[in-house]
Amino acid sequence: MDARRGSLPVPRVRQVGFFTPNAQPAPTRSQSGPPDSSSPPLSDSPASNSLSPVMIPPPRHHSDNLAAAPRPTSPLPVPEPSPFRRRGADNNNALLVGSYNPAETLLAMSPSSSHVGDGESEETMSGGWFRRSNSGKLASSLPSGTFDFSPVQSTAEALKPNKVQNPVGISVLNNTILAEVSARPAPKEQQPEAPSSSKQPKPKLTKAERRALQESQRAAKAAAKAVAAPEEVATIKSVKQHQTQKKDAPQVAVSVAASERKGGDKSQEKERRKDAPAPRMQFDDKSRVEKAKRRSVVDQTEAKKRVELFRHLPQYEHGTQLADLESKFLQLDPMHPAIYKVGLQYLAGDISGGNARCIAMLQAFQQVVKDYSTPPEKTLPRDLTAKISSYVSFFTQCRPLSMSMGNAIRFLKNRIAKLSPSLSESESKSSICTDIDRFINEKIVLADRVIVQHASSKVKDGDVLLVYGSSCVVEMVLLHSHELGKQFRVIVVDSRPKLEGKALLRRLVAKGVHCTYTHINAVSYVMHEVTKVFLGASSVLSNGTVYSRVGTACVAMVAHAFRVPVIICCEAYKFHERVQLDSICSNELGDPDAIGKVPGRMDVNYLNDVSNSGNLQLLNLMYDATPADYVSMIVTDYGMIPPTSVPVIVREYRRDHLLI
Amino acid sequence: MPDVQALVNEFLNKLKKRKIEGSQATAKQTAELLRSVISQQRVPRTNQAGALIDAVRAIGEQLIVANPIELAVGNIVRRVLHIIREEDLSLTTAAVAELNLSTVSDDDDDGGGGDQDDRPVLSAAAVAAAARNTLRPPSLQMLLEGAPDFVAVPRSSSSGGDSEGKSKSMDRNSRTRKLKHDIIEAVNELIQDITTCHELIAEQAVEHIHQNEVILTLGSSKTVLEFLCAAKEKKRSFRVFVAEGAPRYQGHLLAKELVARGLQTTLITDSAVFAMISRVNMVIVGSHAVMANGGVIAPVGMNMVALAAQKHAVPFVVLAGSHKLCPLYPHNPEVLLNELRSPSELLDFGEFSDCLDFGSGDGSPLLHVVNPTFDYVPPKAVSLFITDTGGHNPSYMYRLIADYYSADDLVVQRRHAAGN
Repeated sequence: MDARRGSLPVPRVRQVGFFTPNAQPAPTRSQSGPPDSSSPPLSDSPASNSLSPVMIPPPRHHSDNLAAAPRPTSPLPVPEPSPFRRRGADNNNALLVGSYNPAETLLAMSPSSSHVGDGESEETMSGGWFRRSNSGKLASSLPSGTFDFSPVQSTAEALKPNKVQNPVGISVLNNTILAEVSARPAPKEQQPEAPSSSKQPKPKLTKAERRALQESQRAAKAAAKAVAAPEEVATIKSVKQHQTQKKDAPQVAVSVAASERKGGDKSQEKERRKDAPAPRMQFDDKSRVEKAKRRSVVDQTEAKKRVELFRHLPQYEHGTQLADLESKFLQLDPMHPAIYKVGLQYLAGDISGGNARCIAMLQAFQQVVKDYSTPPEKTLPRDLTAKISSYVSFFTQCRPLSMSMGNAIRFLKNRIAKLSPSLSESESKSSICTDIDRFINEKIVLADRVIVQHASSKVKDGDVLLVYGSSCVVEMVLLHSHELGKQFRVIVVDSRPKLEGKALLRRLVAKGVHCTYTHINAVSYVMHEVTKVFLGASSVLSNGTVYSRVGTACVAMVAHAFRVPVIICCEAYKFHERVQLDSICSNELGDPDAIGKVPGRMDVNYLNDVSNSGNLQLLNLMYDATPADYVSMIVTDYGMIPPTSVPVIVREYRRDHLLI
Repeated sequence: MPDVQALVNEFLNKLKKRKIEGSQATAKQTAELLRSVISQQRVPRTNQAGALIDAVRAIGEQLIVANPIELAVGNIVRRVLHIIREEDLSLTTAAVAELNLSTVSDDDDDGGGGDQDDRPVLSAAAVAAAARNTLRPPSLQMLLEGAPDFVAVPRSSSSGGDSEGKSKSMDRNSRTRKLKHDIIEAVNELIQDITTCHELIAEQAVEHIHQNEVILTLGSSKTVLEFLCAAKEKKRSFRVFVAEGAPRYQGHLLAKELVARGLQTTLITDSAVFAMISRVNMVIVGSHAVMANGGVIAPVGMNMVALAAQKHAVPFVVLAGSHKLCPLYPHNPEVLLNELRSPSELLDFGEFSDCLDFGSGDGSPLLHVVNPTFDYVPPKAVSLFITDTGGHNPSYMYRLIADYYSADDLVVQRRHAAGN
């Protein structure tokens, strides 16, 4: 804590925690970090300056905009871009990100789209990119926005070697990316290239491009009357084509390219929002759900009886997916078996708990990296990132990712993007594997050890500790305190339908810890004797809200009412810059049938015959958000902090994680 | 009265074995039992009310001991006692009025004297109370002018005191029969009230539930069910979230009933209460008992719901029939007015049987399982009580309760012990 405080004035120099001594914080990044630093680069690129005062008009349709985008000098008078349209466009852009080898299809038109990056700082770009990719490609709920940050960087990095190696024969796509790269605030090594690449795109369109544009305009007019759906169908198809590596899809390529152009014109808008976390997939948005469905590997039937309040969350029939997915095992050729296995385990619920899920995922990725070989004419960072993105979306379909997993993915992609271009493939792979190991070790294993040290210092003889559900860190704290010979009693509070506390109870009792077991309704009854409440968390959000297993908020509230301190144990890699006020806006829905059935209680079968009635809905919420005022303290690997300090940790250490 | 004793024993057994579910059923059966006790009770020629009170109190004491947590039993015993007193009082009052009339005409009336001899328990106090009754409500004029009417009371009692009993048979026999008859009538009314309190409460539903409301409830309560259905019948459309109320899962039962009546119902786990409460307009729950301070003894988990509702400023409405109003003030009610149920509802005994064994190790088992039945909701968490007499603030409950019970009966047991 002291070290942290003392070093606050010079945060970038400080290397706290588990970073390798030779790791260099990227200078470009630190400069582009603060939001206001994005203005200087604008002056470098005159193109963007000329653009900045005018806004590209918002057509009804993203396809409309295809026409407007390439003519930045003659904007239509409509001033304010509508978010809806931009989102639509972003979808298209996202396809570029997610598809396996978009390079080929993009070749035709990228010069015109290369002005996209003009004048934008990399931060801006990446913000834009991950928003796009979030909405489109990944179709995931929670964390997709957080990790898709990296593709831009990865592409940028990927291009550096290319540039060096064949300065003449750069592919057109590379130019596009270069434009973005060069737009970074002050990348010293890239400075010389910046002007050339930023100027290059502007000039003139080739014939082919013009024709492509006209076609896209025509298509846009046609689509303007219809709803967004048909267009999206087309783009979906394009994805499929990309995935099947078809190279003869000029039409699709045009639309993608055009929307890409248009997306770039929204730079001002993006700059304003670049620091905001990406919006999550909203499942009440019909068209996008349709789209996501088409791409999904897991066959998800939507729940018949959805709870009205939760239309924005994925509500699927449980139980059917697993068998279905198992039967598909041999058909999923792009899927690595390790990924597949972990996905199935998520789906079946064999792996639960934030840390376990995260470690399983990272290890699967490690396996993927080990078995990976770069396809010809591709670069490792780009291709690997794309692969991982597709795996992530597979995981998301199996079960929505937790925020901690999002952070881990973000880390991994960042590491891949930061790979030194001089490394050979095997070196890169081993470097990535080491990074993954290091992440698991430092961010999870060692962090847990530190937390256990801190938290068990708070356990005194004679304490009565209340724990809720089953959190592995809390369990370690209890066992460690027990091993230290402290005399205390544990009250395990449990709740339906998962009854995770029973397993914890069994483990604690096996170790000889004195336990009391009860259910969450009785928490007011037992709270009188409790001296401390220890709770785990799935994530801690930057407004101090603790996002955790459903019921945690109830326990914390009752503890607060009884003036009992509430101690949250949570690794810092689970901290997230997102904010949340209630448990409704973002959550995960479990299997509703688990609510109606009470296993082991033959007398409780009231709902057996009415569960088909249209009026009855069963709601199985998985998480809830505990307001910060119920939390006395958060024990994390950086020490014991009040919930108000969470944003500080997020701000100060976030970049360190990513950029080690 | 062997048959009465058999009835009492049977009921005692049921209470002890917790065979009777719900305070309404308990209250009704208690009232019916006491009615048969009263009707079978041989009344002495003198002091009939006193004899009845003693009999009811003796049985009531047994009943209360049999299940001290079921406050409805005590409530009904106290109400029956109150009824006896009231009926006696009204008879006395009538007699006093008669006496007063006759005192005016003739000093040597025997009515008052008879009362005085036969019912020492009720003597002066009763007459004074009767006088108060007749005077109620005190008019402003009386307050200002003071004396004249009060003079009548001492006169009547003194006149009762100095006159010795003369004629007994006719008048007294009819009065005895009349007393018992009146009491049984009143107890019947009480039973009727208990049976119909749902309807009286449900009638008020439309005043509290508006269109598109989202209501949360926990566990199952017949009163709540009727309340919601009454609003539904009045064409109000609203949604109900039902927390299942583990480990009894009465919420499932309520959800089933509500669905059968065509209400939009969502069943949630108890742990999701905090998550959902922010979208709820009103919490409507039933109760086990309402204490004199306005606190509520309710199914377990209710305190959590009340705290969550308080945090989100959601009205927390408690429905309670008048038989649930208990004239006692709670002390440490979470523990003292609670009952631990079988741990088997929470844990399979087989799984943890080795840990639950008191015989092993140092004598205390590693594992305890706590499964309380009730929760205490403090009055400050309650927004409104809806009883069959209307809506009331928690702070007013003590006064409402005073209407139903007489202060002499508040402590049934100790009184009796002191009497012995």
